[in-house]
Amino acid sequence: MPREAISGTVLDERITLSVVDICQACGCREEWVLKLVDHGVLEPDGAERDDWRFSVESITRVITARRLHRDLGVNIEGIALTLELLDEVNALRTRIERLSLKND
Amino acid sequence: MEYRDYYKIMGVDRKATQDEIKRSYRKLARKYHPDVSSEKDAEERFKELGEAYAVLKDPESRAAYDELGSNWKAGKDFQPPPDWDAGFEFRGSSFGGDADGRYSDFFESLFGQHARTQGGAAQSRQFRSRGDDHHAKVLVDLEDAYRGATRAINLRVPVLDEGRHVSTRDRTLNVKIPKGIRSGQRIRLSGQGSPGFGGGESGDLFLEVAFRQHPRYTADERDVFLTVPVAPWEATLGTTIEVPTPSGAVDLKIPAGSRQGSKLRLKGRGIPGNPAGDFIVELAIALPPATSDDEKDAYRKMQQTFDFNPRKHLEA
Repeated sequence: MPREAISGTVLDERITLSVVDICQACGCREEWVLKLVDHGVLEPDGAERDDWRFSVESITRVITARRLHRDLGVNIEGIALTLELLDEVNALRTRIERLSLKND
Repeated sequence: MEYRDYYKIMGVDRKATQDEIKRSYRKLARKYHPDVSSEKDAEERFKELGEAYAVLKDPESRAAYDELGSNWKAGKDFQPPPDWDAGFEFRGSSFGGDADGRYSDFFESLFGQHARTQGGAAQSRQFRSRGDDHHAKVLVDLEDAYRGATRAINLRVPVLDEGRHVSTRDRTLNVKIPKGIRSGQRIRLSGQGSPGFGGGESGDLFLEVAFRQHPRYTADERDVFLTVPVAPWEATLGTTIEVPTPSGAVDLKIPAGSRQGSKLRLKGRGIPGNPAGDFIVELAIALPPATSDDEKDAYRKMQQTFDFNPRKHLEA
């Protein structure tokens, strides 16, 4: 059955999020976000907690962090390390994909 | 409905101890966790594993599962025997959190009732609150980013029935994918998440966009890459060639003296936006095969003409 198509808002880099936005989007508590900031997993702009503005990519990091904690029992230090290594692995995977297309 | 062999999924013997099951789960969970695994079917395997562990980690539900007998084979058509679970008491604490319907029909038929009772109790909030936000992934083609598109997205959503039990419902949304979208970006659909409680507003649905792997192009942020083979004389002497781009073919000038791996940038031919990305062509020198005598002669002529040592940098 054809239905009307709905439009959303693209969250591009011009959009930033407050602590409250992040908690609502990720379904997490504020303490969890604070811990991630303390360990450098999230790097918001702004000095005071009330002024913090998070990038849109923070949503992905918070959700991944929560899944690592829930599913694998990784602690906060382990999450910070895992996310850094994952960034590196993903960059390498993109590179491999490009190189393998070249050699086909 | 198909029988599921939870022991096989977990890679353990039917006689395995609870500790062995726990160890095997931890090991496989790391291997197939969708956030870290590069295995193609990681998400499916991880779900299966979670389901198997939810049953086997609890001695009571494991005993009930064992009661079905060991004669079943995975994939075999299955109907639970009547009253198979009589006499077992489920604490069910581990099942309550999975009300989003990610477990199989097999699991649902055996343990679903207990799980729903648990899940329902946890959801019976009386106060007014905003519904939860949801997240889903959507795969689009790179071409969609150039033109925009409408994509039908299938979602399984948890719903609360009158008895406050959680069940799942399939829902299809037609969503506009705007021109200029990039892999990794999110689209927020207001009010398409969980309904609120006590008159609270609905949550939002976040769609995370990823590009399907393209046979030709790769994308990095706004830039799009293509490797183009050229003949040695085209690279050396320069020429103009036709190159495909997602927004149509273009004439590309290859400057004289181009080399293997030279990059040519077509400004603004990447993913549209403000600013638009670039289209980056990387040259790959293709060596012409020589089969006829004339062709071989041409190579011999090159050999005589050039004073060329490709291994100079390897010399002592």
